[in-house]
Amino acid sequence: MLHLKKSAPLALGIALLAGTSAMAQQRTLNYYADFDPIPLAAFEALIADFEAANPDIDVVLQNFDHEGYKTAIRNFLTTDAPDLANWYAGNRMAPFVNSGQFMDVSDVWADNGLDESLGSAIASMTIDGKQWGVPYTYYQWGIYFNKTAYEQVGAEVPTTYDEFVANCELFAAADIDCLTTGTSALWPGAGIFDYLNLRTNGYEYHMALTSGDVAWTDDGVRETFAQWARIQPYITENHAAIDWQDAATLLVQGRAANYVMGIFAVGVFKDGGMTDETLGFMPFPTINPDVARAEEAPTDTIHIPAGATNVEDAKTFLAFVAQADVQTKLNEALGQLPINSGSTVGSDPFITAGFELLSTTPGGIAQFFDRDAPAEMAKLGMEGFQEFMVIPDNLDDILGRLEQARERIYQ
Amino acid sequence: MSVTSSETRQRSWWRSNQQRLTPWLFLTPGMIMFALYVVWPIFESFRISFYDWDGLGEAQWLGWANYQELFNDRAFKTSLKNNVIWLVLYMLAVPMGLGIAIFLNQTVRGIRIYKSLFFFPFVISQVVVGLMFSWFYAPNFGLLYKLTEFLTGKGIAVLADPDLVTYGIIAAGLWPQIAYCMILYLTGLNNVAPDQIEAARLDGAKGFKMLWYVILPQLRPATFIAVVVTVIGALRSFDLVSIMTNGGPFGSSRVLSYYMYEQALSEYGYRMGYGAAIAVILFLIMMVFISGFIWKMVRDERGVN
Repeated sequence: MLHLKKSAPLALGIALLAGTSAMAQQRTLNYYADFDPIPLAAFEALIADFEAANPDIDVVLQNFDHEGYKTAIRNFLTTDAPDLANWYAGNRMAPFVNSGQFMDVSDVWADNGLDESLGSAIASMTIDGKQWGVPYTYYQWGIYFNKTAYEQVGAEVPTTYDEFVANCELFAAADIDCLTTGTSALWPGAGIFDYLNLRTNGYEYHMALTSGDVAWTDDGVRETFAQWARIQPYITENHAAIDWQDAATLLVQGRAANYVMGIFAVGVFKDGGMTDETLGFMPFPTINPDVARAEEAPTDTIHIPAGATNVEDAKTFLAFVAQADVQTKLNEALGQLPINSGSTVGSDPFITAGFELLSTTPGGIAQFFDRDAPAEMAKLGMEGFQEFMVIPDNLDDILGRLEQARERIYQ
Repeated sequence: MSVTSSETRQRSWWRSNQQRLTPWLFLTPGMIMFALYVVWPIFESFRISFYDWDGLGEAQWLGWANYQELFNDRAFKTSLKNNVIWLVLYMLAVPMGLGIAIFLNQTVRGIRIYKSLFFFPFVISQVVVGLMFSWFYAPNFGLLYKLTEFLTGKGIAVLADPDLVTYGIIAAGLWPQIAYCMILYLTGLNNVAPDQIEAARLDGAKGFKMLWYVILPQLRPATFIAVVVTVIGALRSFDLVSIMTNGGPFGSSRVLSYYMYEQALSEYGYRMGYGAAIAVILFLIMMVFISGFIWKMVRDERGVN
């Protein structure tokens, strides 16, 4: 839609600064990315460190508008490829890998022992037995809640889904939305579905469903939706026309109690005036105690496009980003979790909670619905989730449609 | 000697054909651009619509499969239905534009300011119009939501309601479109012959009869242009849908142009062939109207000659 190159002047500024620091012959490394302001600052610091360690390389960062980048990447990969580009792990990178737009970087993994240090992410970076990029961060999902709202209605923080549903009645009596979300961009609804599905059917089932091996009309899926139907009346009305940031405002104002979200939302909650005292985090409650707890933790990655001109230095950069100390520093600034097992995490309560949660996960770590499922299935699925939350009676129709799509998409 | 004779022969060839060639020479740059950016892409879209192609890798021949799928695709039917609603309701811009034009066609102090204010929505970008209306409709804090909440006790979030959303977007689209039709009629009204009005008045015509039998026939050229721009505006409605709802909730406000973009180019769209097939259908629908307009224009021109 909009291909805003917001930070072109900034990138130019960096280039000029770098140019003055080293007068020797410099090789340029073009890097296209889609950072929001906080990650952008973190990466500018990382690039400065990298250039200090490699004075003969000049990294030129071109930052794009976050949503615009997702459509722009297809144009620039085929026409004007940079040396490095941001993208996501899992099935989300499959179209670019299968069409030969991303370069195989298995040698970076092998030469730097990344199979060991980044071992937790190797599965989501591997297609056809090769690695296609390097992950630098991941972040947990879960339920963020307003502690004041819980105190106001006298609810206990739940550990089981039954308790969660019971709380919803308390919140409804006080005219507070038990669960809020803003699905105008569709993906927040997928977070709710994923967690209900992971808690009802487990990680293996989630992977089988997103890779097309389970029918959408399967009893397991129906059970997930049956659980969803229990909280459907307590979800913020009109969520279909609300951005996720506006739903965050509802939580901040105490008009909503719970929000299934990723840790990146903490910044928005805190900007809105919440503190560690009023904002709480809990893992999504247990539905079926026999299912091993699995979590959702999407991974963000850097890739080398097949059309890159400076491949050698791009690989040096990937190896640098994979280092334990670099990931520690980067993720401290990002407020997220490092992939490298040798890295340490900051002292922020939400980050330590997330680290605790993910490092003790027995079931498995999913990427996210729209990263595990192929693009087309993801889009149709998320529309179905949104429709279910608005008109739950359409369930049979929605599942039938998704099943029809599955048969076509995965053939 | 021979050199000069060939020069004169050349010059004379140019001289004798000058009248015939000059228009073509002037037309050539435009025709090249038109062929390159309009005609060739049309044929290219037809070609791509027979393939399964993600825009990156190898394209695979499908034959008519994309079109077969279209006719069983509910999202396509929704888009088509919405396009028809757009087409019908957008037409309201023509009589409403005429009404405002007649209302403003008087000599009062500061009338130019009023005219400019009425014309203002057409000058601002569609994106801004879309944003203003999304705030107007926004749940929890929008003006319309607050108003309906105050009146009925329950706010209406137009853009979250699958049955209302298309009408909400069309209302936003009508605002600048009415202004556009108004300006077309205002210029048309300047050219209405005052002697005919006087004659009609002497014959006792007034009010609606005057409008219908005397003014409107003289406004026919303006009406024609207003209808053409409104039909085309309705069929290519994309920006408002994209800004206000992204086609949501769950695809209820999609129109063909937006569905095409979604399938071929958007974040999750990797189906160039399917998108091209939608584009072809949209093109054929537009062709019906455009041929109609061209046919009428040619007929009128012949009539004048």
